[in-house]
Amino acid sequence: MELAFYIAGAVAVLSTVLMLTRLNVVHALLYLIVSLLAVAVVFYVLGAPFVAALEVIVYAGAIMVLFLFVVMMLNLGKHSVEIERQWLTPGIWIGPVFLASVLLIEVIYLMRGTPAALGTGAVEPKEVGIALFGPYLIGVELASMLLLAGLIGAYHVGFRETKKAGKSIGDST
Amino acid sequence: MTEILMRDGLVLAGILFSLGLVSLLVRRNLIFVLMSLEVMLNAAGLAFVVAGARWHQADGQVVFVFILAMAAAEVAVGLALVVQIYRRFKSLDVDALSKMRG
Repeated sequence: MELAFYIAGAVAVLSTVLMLTRLNVVHALLYLIVSLLAVAVVFYVLGAPFVAALEVIVYAGAIMVLFLFVVMMLNLGKHSVEIERQWLTPGIWIGPVFLASVLLIEVIYLMRGTPAALGTGAVEPKEVGIALFGPYLIGVELASMLLLAGLIGAYHVGFRETKKAGKSIGDST
Repeated sequence: MTEILMRDGLVLAGILFSLGLVSLLVRRNLIFVLMSLEVMLNAAGLAFVVAGARWHQADGQVVFVFILAMAAAEVAVGLALVVQIYRRFKSLDVDALSKMRG
C-alpha cells in the first residue's frame, strides 16, 4: 500500500508537469485526466474510497468532459499551437518557477518535524454520509445554492451572446 | 500494512499546488489558467483528505466534497466566460482583456 502511494504520487506530479508544458490544449487535458486519476489512487490508498470514486466521476468525468466540449467548440487549430510556442519563451518560466520553488522548499522544510503516521483503515462512505447530513447539513444546502447560482450564471453568460450573434449573423447560432 | 507518513501526503499536496501556481503564472491561454486552478483546488482537497486520514475522521472528506461542488460551479461559469471572450476578442489571450475598459 505504501508503494502504491508513492508510485501514484510520482505519476500525479509527472503528468501535471507534462500538462503545464504542453502546447496543444487537448494533450494537456489528457495529461490532466491522468493526473486526476493518479490522485484518485492516492485517495484510495489513504483510506478514502468515497472521495476516490467522486474524484473519478466528477473531476475526471464531468469537469474534464466540460473542458473538452469547450475546447472542441472553440475549434482551436494548429494556429493556436504556434501562438502558444511564441508565448512560452524560456525567459517567462524563470521568475514563477524560482518563486514557487522557494515556497515549496519552505513548506517541505516546515513539514520536516511532523513524522506522524496516518491512521490505518478506511473511513467508510457511511461515516462520510452521516457527517455530511448531520453537522454539515447547512454546508450541503449552501453548496446546492452555489451550484444553482453557477448553473444560472453559466446559462446567462452563454445565452446572451448567442442571441446577439443570432441577430447579427442570422439564425446560424 | 506499512504506514504512510502524513508528511509525505502533505508534501505531495504542496508539490501539486506549486505546479498549479507556476502554470497559473506562466500560461497566457485562458483554458490553461482554468486548468491550473483545477490542479490547485485538487491539491487543497488532497491536503484535507490527508488530514482526515491522519485523525481517522470523516470531516476531511466532507470538505473535499464541498471543494468539488465549488470547483464544478466555478468551471461552469469560467468556461461560459471563456466562450464569450473568444467570441468577442477571437483570442484566448489573457492580455486581450486589458482592452476591456469601463
